Amino acid sequence: MARAAAEDVKVLGHLLSPFVIRVLIAFRLKRVEYELVDVRLAEPKSEILVKSNPVYKMIPVLLHRGKPICESSVIVQYIDEEWSDDGGSSSILPADPFDRAIARFWAVYIDDKLPYLIRALRWEKEAAKVTELVGQFRQVLGRLEQAFTECGKGKGFFGGDAVGYLDIALGSCLGWIMALEKGKSVKLLDAEELPPLAGWAERFLAEESVKGLVPDADEHLKVYEVATARTSATPAA
Amino acid sequence: MAGTATEDVKVLGLALSPFVIRVRIALRLKRVEYEFVEVRFAEPKSEILVKSNPVYKKIPVLLHRGKPICESTVIVQYIDEEWTDGSGSSSILPADPFDRAIARFWAVYIDDKLLALIWALRPEKEAAKVTELTRQFRQVLGLLEEAFPECGKGKGFFGGDAVGYLDIALGSCLGWIRALEKDKSVKILDAEELPRLAEWAERFMAEESVKGLVPEADEYPKLYAAAVASQ
Repeated sequence: MARAAAEDVKVLGHLLSPFVIRVLIAFRLKRVEYELVDVRLAEPKSEILVKSNPVYKMIPVLLHRGKPICESSVIVQYIDEEWSDDGGSSSILPADPFDRAIARFWAVYIDDKLPYLIRALRWEKEAAKVTELVGQFRQVLGRLEQAFTECGKGKGFFGGDAVGYLDIALGSCLGWIMALEKGKSVKLLDAEELPPLAGWAERFLAEESVKGLVPDADEHLKVYEVATARTSATPAA
Repeated sequence: MAGTATEDVKVLGLALSPFVIRVRIALRLKRVEYEFVEVRFAEPKSEILVKSNPVYKKIPVLLHRGKPICESTVIVQYIDEEWTDGSGSSSILPADPFDRAIARFWAVYIDDKLLALIWALRPEKEAAKVTELTRQFRQVLGLLEEAFPECGKGKGFFGGDAVGYLDIALGSCLGWIRALEKDKSVKILDAEELPRLAEWAERFMAEESVKGLVPEADEYPKLYAAAVASQ
């Protein structure tokens, strides 16, 4: 499928959202040009956002020929199916139904656990609670490392030889993971504890389809406050 | 693919779970025979459940040739893709990518809002809170009522002429909705307020692929008590 003209394809959102990054990586994989439109998320929200995602008023929204599609996992699957080369080289989901089910399951797991943990960790000030959250985070990443072994079948990505659905689901969260590690001086994706996953993260961020789409820790910390932990000896504000 | 041997396909679950009902309707639509294995969901959970869904230890689990698949929406899509007859006639998800995206979106919405309301309303005894939750419930269903014409394109189901992905996602909740209406003496799927959905619900419950899979409203208290009973 040749490139869609840029004016046909708009993405509402910005690069500091993992959910938005997923959509952009998917488009890069399919070599589809798009226009990224930043929108106001704080009230009053941008009119185009409210109009195209009246149910949730959240990003990302994909507007294809003016028709909106919402929810990052739904959008990524749409991109895979709309710009399909019939299960060929740029396929985002695996070809086999069972492999697809496993990829979808782990993507559900990621969305179930990571957004909550990222948010909770970002705002937590109490050192003991930070430690607890870091522990939970590392446990989740530990499970995902097991999934990596199962899904990747010995290759470099969850999707095998190439970046796929599950790589996108998790990889899009790496920016925030790195921002939290820096902002809170903690280790989440610890290369000593999870070497295969750490190796995967490096490979993922180096991919052509990903380069430039995942802002580094400093970019996040410039825009988003990350609460610094206090020890119990420090009086609470 | 006709009649897979029953021992190849197992569904772990309980009859009252909307998530489990989804999987069973999907298998019926594909005319795939399966063994329904009732499991212990309350602690101590059945060993087969813990072993096949170690991450969540929840139902449903589909075991196909011994390999487990978890999460109802993931399972239903697996069933659609694994038992495809190529011609699309028993297709659960629509054919067009945009229609598929719309169906998936509303299924996400249902799992986000509707199920949470069911679990919140079930134990609620305070009248004011019951009223508030019922109001929220009707608001959620109101959005689906509005979405119905676009999805169904004027036909009888969200999936068009036949029961599809979104019909399954919502229809599987009808048993609980009716049970709560009865138990709390409230109207949730009000035929006056939600005429399209009310008619759709009747059609859905009368479908061959659905009959017998959604328990009657007055069965729920007993089924629920059995599900949560400690050993």
